[in-house]
Amino acid sequence: MNRGLRSLTLGVAGLLAGLGGAQAEELKIGMITTLSGGGSSLGIDVRDGFLLAVKQAGAGDVEVLVEDDARKPDLAKQIADKFIQRDKVDILTGIIWSNLAMAVVPASVRQGVFYISPNAGPSALAGKGCHENYFNVAWQNDNLHEAMGGYVQSNGFKAPFILAPNYPAGKDALTGFKRYYKGTVSGEIYTKLGQKDYAAEIAQIREAKPDSIFFFLPGGMGIAFMKQYAQSGLDIPVFGPAFSFDQGILKAVGDAALGVKNTSQWSKDIDNPANKAFVDAFQAEYGRLPSLYASQGYDAANLILAAKAKAGGTGDAAAFRAALQEADFASVRGAFKFASNHHPIQDIYVREVVKEGEVLTNKIVGVGLTGHANAYVGDCKM
Amino acid sequence: MSLAFLIEQLLNGLQFGVMLFLMAAGLTLVFGVMGLINLAHGSLFMIGAFFCSWIGEVSGSFWVGLGGGLLAAALAGAVIEIVVIRRLYDRDHLDQVLATFALILILSEVTRWIFGDQPLYLDVPPLLAGALPLPGGGGYPIYRLAIIVVGLATAYGLYLLITRTRLGMRIRAGESDREMIGALGVDIRTLYTAIFALGAALAGLAGGMVGVLQSVQVGMGEPVLILAFVVIVIGGIGSVKGALVGSILVGLTDTLGRVFLPRLFALMLPTAEATAVGSALASVTIYLLMAAILVWRPRGLFPVGA
Repeated sequence: MNRGLRSLTLGVAGLLAGLGGAQAEELKIGMITTLSGGGSSLGIDVRDGFLLAVKQAGAGDVEVLVEDDARKPDLAKQIADKFIQRDKVDILTGIIWSNLAMAVVPASVRQGVFYISPNAGPSALAGKGCHENYFNVAWQNDNLHEAMGGYVQSNGFKAPFILAPNYPAGKDALTGFKRYYKGTVSGEIYTKLGQKDYAAEIAQIREAKPDSIFFFLPGGMGIAFMKQYAQSGLDIPVFGPAFSFDQGILKAVGDAALGVKNTSQWSKDIDNPANKAFVDAFQAEYGRLPSLYASQGYDAANLILAAKAKAGGTGDAAAFRAALQEADFASVRGAFKFASNHHPIQDIYVREVVKEGEVLTNKIVGVGLTGHANAYVGDCKM
Repeated sequence: MSLAFLIEQLLNGLQFGVMLFLMAAGLTLVFGVMGLINLAHGSLFMIGAFFCSWIGEVSGSFWVGLGGGLLAAALAGAVIEIVVIRRLYDRDHLDQVLATFALILILSEVTRWIFGDQPLYLDVPPLLAGALPLPGGGGYPIYRLAIIVVGLATAYGLYLLITRTRLGMRIRAGESDREMIGALGVDIRTLYTAIFALGAALAGLAGGMVGVLQSVQVGMGEPVLILAFVVIVIGGIGSVKGALVGSILVGLTDTLGRVFLPRLFALMLPTAEATAVGSALASVTIYLLMAAILVWRPRGLFPVGA
């Protein structure tokens, strides 16, 4: 009921704002994201970033419906069907998890709806399964892991231990890491998605005696892992994608995260006007520092708004698609364009977790990959 | 494979096992004495964890929090027994399942309403932070050792309670002949409430301790509940001894399966596939164990009233 109420409120707010605006074509956006349970901080940040951009644009003719998928693929599918059939949305967005994206995206884009991904970017949707109506504004899943693979290799580590959950993005992660890390790994584990106890895995790491650890455990999984790792008495350098060391969860991880190097396509200290304005506005609006996910939600909304300004709306699908592909908006990441498979070409930074006063946060210490697209461009025939 | 590694994994299995025991003990007592299937037992685990974190936060002491979580779960258990469960003893199991499933939904929503959607994370109390060196190198987190100690101590305490005290005598009497002890003038209603609250307190204790390792969130009890049911089926429904043996068996099987199955497949398959097949199979090992034990002993390892 809570969920229904929330989307109702948003809808009413959108309608009221719409009364004052110009009579342009209405744009209806359905956001399916994770707002409850272990992965909820991700979805909340995507939603807040997205809504901030819509609010800033003063776009009264844009209506955003938000529903919680509770990280359940079947629920996400139901919400998508409802959005498409009953609410007649033009655009879907918001999904955090790749297994949910696989349940929703292919069927939705086939029905003529646009899907703009602010997070999940499974390889299946970048390669053979790509679609003209599917755009990913965040990254292809492999990207951050590829950059970290290269970084670990170039910093002279010879035996990393790598682990990820057993689901599409987890496999993409380790594949991506090994695409740029050419040496041998001292161990490789796939854990259960949503697993909370990593005692058995930490014991395996201890036994393998690696010189570094690379892990991809998004959301609550990474928090649990880092907390348990900190108690294990092990002291091996940890590397990972930004997901487990981002603003939203650093407080929960605590000092155990200090000094960890992580890769990200965004950081709050990227020096450009759009980013500065975003960080300030987000803090002013929500009273907390934005995360990577918030930046992705913000960019997703701005991409849609820019395409709407150019093409008028989704009425002319071909024009709207072309406008999306142009990506004529000021990304908080700086330079941004789409590769031919509708995934970003962008720089991936290496950040380090530091303490600014009492607040744990990240600062950029280097660039992992420059102008990086993804490995699946060639497989995508649109 | 070193000895230290094996010891560490055995301890991990044991720790997981005793945590399951705290859950399974209450579940099996309630079934054994009252003949009730209580699906809402996982919610009591959750209530213990939430109150432990909340009281711990307010008072600044994890120990006060843990005590508070235990009491809160016991109290919630007693209230639930008096208000709802009491009406279910004479009904058949299907009604009990239905009613206690409704309790899960109600308790989850109420908890969500009070504490919010966001998971809470607790820190290990400073007294138990760090790791203890193991023979042969390596170390083991002190906090996990503490869980093992608390779990085993609780098991021994329960043994004393059941074999040496008047309450225990009544519990045993209740298990073997419910009508007779009523006829002998024992106040059955109070006895049932006490047993239910005792089981709830144990679940709350488990929830509070596990909350520190993992995270405290709505719905955290249900995965544990499923495993606790596997445990009591393996151990023999109604038997506390069976619950102890069953939970340690399940804990060890799950942990060792997760570690060694991928390695076993790695001998035959490339690493990536071996880990995938191994981890997939590892998630069903405990159910295979349950099936095997039920074929051998259809009523579990320590059947009650056989």
